[in-house]
Amino acid sequence: MATLKDARVGSTVTVSRLQGAGAIKRRIMDMGITRGAQVFVRKVAPLGDPIEVTVRGFELSLRKVDAQMIEIVP
Amino acid sequence: MHTYAIAGKDHGMRIALLGNPNSGKTTLFNRLTGSNQYVGNWPGVTVEKKEGKLRSNKEIVVTDLPGVYSLSPYTPEEVVTRDYILDEHPDVVINIIDGTNLERNLYLADQAIEMGVPVVVAVNMIDAVRRSGARIDQEKLSGTLGCPVCMISALKGEGVDELVKQATNGAQAVSSSRTHFAPEIEQTLSLIGDEALADISQAQKRWYAIKLFEGDTKVEQRLHLDPTLCARISSSRASCERALDDESESLITMGRYDRIEQIIEHCTSQDKKKSMSTSDKIDRVVTSRALGLPIFALVMFLVYFLSVTTVGQWATDWMNDGVFGDGWFISGDAEGYEDASSDFTSAEGITEAFEEAGVSADIDPESESFVEDMDAQGITGIYNDYDEDSGEEEDVIVDGAAFEDAQETVDAGEPNPADYGVWVAGIPTLLAGWLASIDCIDWLQDLLLNGIVAGVGAVIGFIPQLLVLFLLLAVLESCGYMSRIAFVLDRVFRRFGLSGKSFVPILIGTGCGVPGIMASRTIEDDKDRRMTVMTTTFIPCSAKLPIIALLAGAVFGGAWWVAPSAYFIGIAAILCSGIILKKTKLFAGDSSPFVMELPAYHMPMPSVVLRSMLERASSFVKKAGTVILLATVVVWLVSTYGVVDGILVTVEDNDQSMLAAIAGAIAWIFAPLGWDQWQAVAATVTGLIAKENVVGTFGIVYAGDAGWYANLQAAFLPAAAFSLLVFNLLCAPCVAAMGAIRREMHDTRWFWTAIGYQCGVAYVSALIVYQIGGLFTGETALGAGTLVAALLIALFLFALFRPKPSTQASVLSVKKAKGECA
Repeated sequence: MATLKDARVGSTVTVSRLQGAGAIKRRIMDMGITRGAQVFVRKVAPLGDPIEVTVRGFELSLRKVDAQMIEIVP
Repeated sequence: MHTYAIAGKDHGMRIALLGNPNSGKTTLFNRLTGSNQYVGNWPGVTVEKKEGKLRSNKEIVVTDLPGVYSLSPYTPEEVVTRDYILDEHPDVVINIIDGTNLERNLYLADQAIEMGVPVVVAVNMIDAVRRSGARIDQEKLSGTLGCPVCMISALKGEGVDELVKQATNGAQAVSSSRTHFAPEIEQTLSLIGDEALADISQAQKRWYAIKLFEGDTKVEQRLHLDPTLCARISSSRASCERALDDESESLITMGRYDRIEQIIEHCTSQDKKKSMSTSDKIDRVVTSRALGLPIFALVMFLVYFLSVTTVGQWATDWMNDGVFGDGWFISGDAEGYEDASSDFTSAEGITEAFEEAGVSADIDPESESFVEDMDAQGITGIYNDYDEDSGEEEDVIVDGAAFEDAQETVDAGEPNPADYGVWVAGIPTLLAGWLASIDCIDWLQDLLLNGIVAGVGAVIGFIPQLLVLFLLLAVLESCGYMSRIAFVLDRVFRRFGLSGKSFVPILIGTGCGVPGIMASRTIEDDKDRRMTVMTTTFIPCSAKLPIIALLAGAVFGGAWWVAPSAYFIGIAAILCSGIILKKTKLFAGDSSPFVMELPAYHMPMPSVVLRSMLERASSFVKKAGTVILLATVVVWLVSTYGVVDGILVTVEDNDQSMLAAIAGAIAWIFAPLGWDQWQAVAATVTGLIAKENVVGTFGIVYAGDAGWYANLQAAFLPAAAFSLLVFNLLCAPCVAAMGAIRREMHDTRWFWTAIGYQCGVAYVSALIVYQIGGLFTGETALGAGTLVAALLIALFLFALFRPKPSTQASVLSVKKAKGECA
């Protein structure tokens, strides 16, 4: 299953499901990354982690380890 | 005038301000309340609580709730916010939302409206919305949300009066418009409402039902549900989750966002296609792979350069040496005066050295033929010339001719600064003159001048530098770069339990620990901030440099490696502390999710920046000032007074003071570190006032025939000296920095934990240095000390490398707790 961690920089993907539980999952959802949401992968930080995405019209940064919880379809 | 009497409570109206971080909430709060604000803490948590009286009606109290994205039970800010709304029943909640980012901001509004309190939605930054070519239909939005909606610009003040009017008039209206979820969920919600929430008011029922459906353990605890009921809720939730193939929290969140998408489609329109905004263009460069790090280095250099080495340093020197020192020149030949003044000081030293040499050879310095007698017997004095900044020292041999030269300089009297230009006397000079003119009692004069004025000076002296630093930090924060620092550095710092933003405090800490600690204010996460506050002062600040220079010169023959090793030890202490502390109970648990908004770049607003700067500076004075003042007075007291022949008197030399007595009594504690001499202990204690004092105290307590420098040299062997250095670098910082730690920890227990931890690290490190290093220099032999040191090293390595207590367990327990009531 593809996750947001593997998404190419510059691509727009759709969230299909969120794994995990608890505070981190809730936080990701609260910030608008829910099933069906469109996520544009903007860039990777200079040191390779975290990544920056655009979702629901604003910029969000999240670590790759958290991005791995977000299943996507292209 | 509105006076509301609600449920038997007779008080003025209360407004609560709710909103996302970066939505302009603080700007609106400042506009509503002006300067009528008081800052406190929410009970039980270290979240700042701000309240103020409405500018246009002093009867109305406005509470600024913490900035939150949601009302989930996972962060202290969110819990404080929803508890306030549930328990304190504010008469109206103003929900400020960022008009340029409606989608995510309405997510919070949707939850707030559900709580059954009157809500007025304030769409902020309406000017920016118009500029971008978007239109928000106020009436439609108000109709769909079912509550009053105002369009405002908090920054420009546009629409704020109308907002206040709506909030004070519309206080009774409770919205009935809510998100409707999928039929399966609605069915479960009404089931929960009927079975578990019979006692809850109609207005709040739906919010509680949704929380129970989400499996919110905090709400379950609040309601004291009985276990069979809990089990029933769990099973109906489970069947609903199975039917819709997702988890309850996801279903609710998704339902809200789906509705918000509809609202936005219905209520907004976009004139022109959105082109790439300026903010996007800036961001493309500033955090890019190639330029991200160089730009970061440049910004950090500028911050350091301005706040530590140039403007901040000038301002602090002026405060310490001018206003709270002898005085300062407005114009004139300051250098000429300084040269003359230092010539005078060394001339005094030279004459003293020569006269002392005479006294020890039984030649009376008062006699007419003193110089001739000295020369006849070939007796010379030795004057020790020591430069505190460079650590250089030189023994000057004083013969009769040199003595007569110096005597002339001394006889000419101390140079008067007024002869060198326009001179303004410092506060101590003025106060001393005034006290002398009214014949003030000596001890009171001394208390005022050397105790209180010095203490106040220690507090005030930091303010100019803090102002410069806070100004720069406020600019970085308000323009949006601060969150990018975290973005750029997260990868390195999270390994050590620190935030990328911890870089700023540590960098500033190399100049001075006080602004360094205060800079940790920009770190939102509690654990990250505490960790940073606890470890920032490990890095050698500029006041510790003279200690390094002195010991490097006196004991290590000016070896090149001493100063770099001090920095290396400081950095190692920070990083190892991060790794070790992260695995302890203190900092246990998941670090806060690094799912962080990167706000759009803004031009920093002068009013916002200035306000933030002044607020932080005044909080330093208020919260840190008392600690600093008190501690300064106490140490002054014990170092100037002593018991001689059973009576308490002021003592000339430190060695008769209470400080010497105390230092002597506790010196045994430092025996395992290799320096159980009271002199070294006393110097370390006076270092708590300001680290600069350590060298000065050495100068006094090691005074003697051979000169203090030689005595110091004789008293220390390399391993003991390095152990003393390590201890002084790592132990509790000066009282000013301790005051800052107290301020930033917001909590007495945490404050003592931090100080205790620092002293513990210092003690253990110094012990290992002495016991192990001593084996090589021959200062210690294999024995109990070596064993203890070896055990401590083993313990340290264990703490460093043991696996992190698993976080897997905590995730599981969350899942489990959702299944059944806590």
